[in-house]
Amino acid sequence: MTEFVSMRSVIEASYFIAAILFIFGLKRMSSPVTARGGIIWAGAGMVVATLVTFLYPGMGNYPLMMVAIFIGGVLAWVSGKKVAMTDMPQMIALYNGMGGGAAAAIAAVELLSGEDHGLVFGILAVLGGMIGAVSFSGSLVAFAKLQGIMKRTFRFGAQQFVNLLVLAATVILAGIIVIQHSGVNLVVVFFLLALILGVTMTLPIGGADMPVVISLYNALTGLAVAFEGFVLQNAAMIIAGTVVGSAGTLLTQLMAKAMNRSLANVLFSGFGDEAIEASEIAGSMKPIEAPDVAVMMAFADKVLIVPGYGMAVAQAQHKVWELAQLLKDRGVDVKFAIHPVAGRMPGHMNVLLAEAGVPYDIIYDADEINAEFATADVALVIGANDVVNPVARTDPASPIYGMPILNADHAKNVICVKRGQGAGFSGIENALFFLDQTRMLYGDGQAMASQLIQEVKSL
Amino acid sequence: MIDGFIALYIFMLAAFTGYEIIGRVPSILHTPLMSGSNFVHGIVLVGAMVALGRADTTLELVIGFIGVFLGAGNAVGGYVVTERMLEMFKSSKEKSS
Repeated sequence: MTEFVSMRSVIEASYFIAAILFIFGLKRMSSPVTARGGIIWAGAGMVVATLVTFLYPGMGNYPLMMVAIFIGGVLAWVSGKKVAMTDMPQMIALYNGMGGGAAAAIAAVELLSGEDHGLVFGILAVLGGMIGAVSFSGSLVAFAKLQGIMKRTFRFGAQQFVNLLVLAATVILAGIIVIQHSGVNLVVVFFLLALILGVTMTLPIGGADMPVVISLYNALTGLAVAFEGFVLQNAAMIIAGTVVGSAGTLLTQLMAKAMNRSLANVLFSGFGDEAIEASEIAGSMKPIEAPDVAVMMAFADKVLIVPGYGMAVAQAQHKVWELAQLLKDRGVDVKFAIHPVAGRMPGHMNVLLAEAGVPYDIIYDADEINAEFATADVALVIGANDVVNPVARTDPASPIYGMPILNADHAKNVICVKRGQGAGFSGIENALFFLDQTRMLYGDGQAMASQLIQEVKSL
Repeated sequence: MIDGFIALYIFMLAAFTGYEIIGRVPSILHTPLMSGSNFVHGIVLVGAMVALGRADTTLELVIGFIGVFLGAGNAVGGYVVTERMLEMFKSSKEKSS
């Protein structure tokens, strides 16, 4: 018996250490200087918690457990190593969905065992299971959409009503399960409904809003994990889950704010990828050739580069950085200006630039850099569109009106590298392209960057 | 036993901690942080292991197995992608390899 008790203390102490490592790890991850160490701390916490769980009293099925860990771990390891940086958002969605599914599975096993945990624990188990299942199926839909497996956005008139109906049915079933705490069929139907709810909630949301949704599901998974932690009396799960739940909620709000949307708006309006009728913009787009751009930049004092997702898609970030280095060697002050939602989600562009080797201290946020556009000789907009559209400041009728933008239009010269003449991700015509000081450099981002490098070198 | 008000206290303090940690983060780190917090809730693996360890019926075994599989995927995948992203953040003072 004493051995049993001391084993229990070893386990609890290890979970405690794991929780501390998670919190300090996350804290370190919130600064670029210490971020790398942060994930290693958190990783150590995870290893400790996992290993010590094998010592948990009263457990069996170890071979099965090891097989499951091995398969899941290896698949995730290989896919995580292989994925391109541009595809990072959907990968996060996938792993997050797996976590939600695991939380739902815990709830399912607990509910199926038919043990009476008491009312509070019953409610928590059911709630955690429901949230986990919604997060699971919802994240999978988000993954499918961003990966391009599912291209269409499904929307029909009474969709909100249907969602509400499914939600109500799920909650009622949850109530019955809590009170009766028995019935295999009820539990199965309950989880099926929760899974359907995740799908129907996510289907109408457009691709542009997906990052916010992924972040929301991330927070929800955290919450589900915390609830199941209460049910299993596992302190590490409670603390880690709750920390992620609240941190994720805050992150979701920050992201939504950066995109100028409210969370309710994202979830219920479905703006995402609708084509919007915008007012015609007077003037014309004026093309320019690469040699002229090279001269313009090489003899400038200050060049601000505004990269967008288009640059990343063209895999041009390495070339752009090479170009920036050439300009810096000539004494030009080169800075990167990043809009909060450049790329697929806030901070995604920073990751993509970091991959190309751009040091983070010449990369600036919109707030930090916006005043500098007025003193910049050249603003090089490459693959960005909506985030530099001055319509957001001027035209109240525009759907992006009020969104914080980069003031590229304040620069003395604006060069826009663009594949063709079409509109951007949101389908809104960009007034920046029609300004007097704007010249369009038509072509593939990578090809154009290479050409600019050659031209600057030959000067 | 983590029960009643003790549970509420833990919940409240942990929620506050999470909020404080993210509060003043530059947007450049939003993606890695989301990925990092995604990794942290991979702790669900531990719970899934316990659930599978106690499972008796075939249905419970199957669901438990799926749970452990998914939890392991969350933890390992979350770690790998977060580490890959953070590895790339360098200041201009450090020499890139």
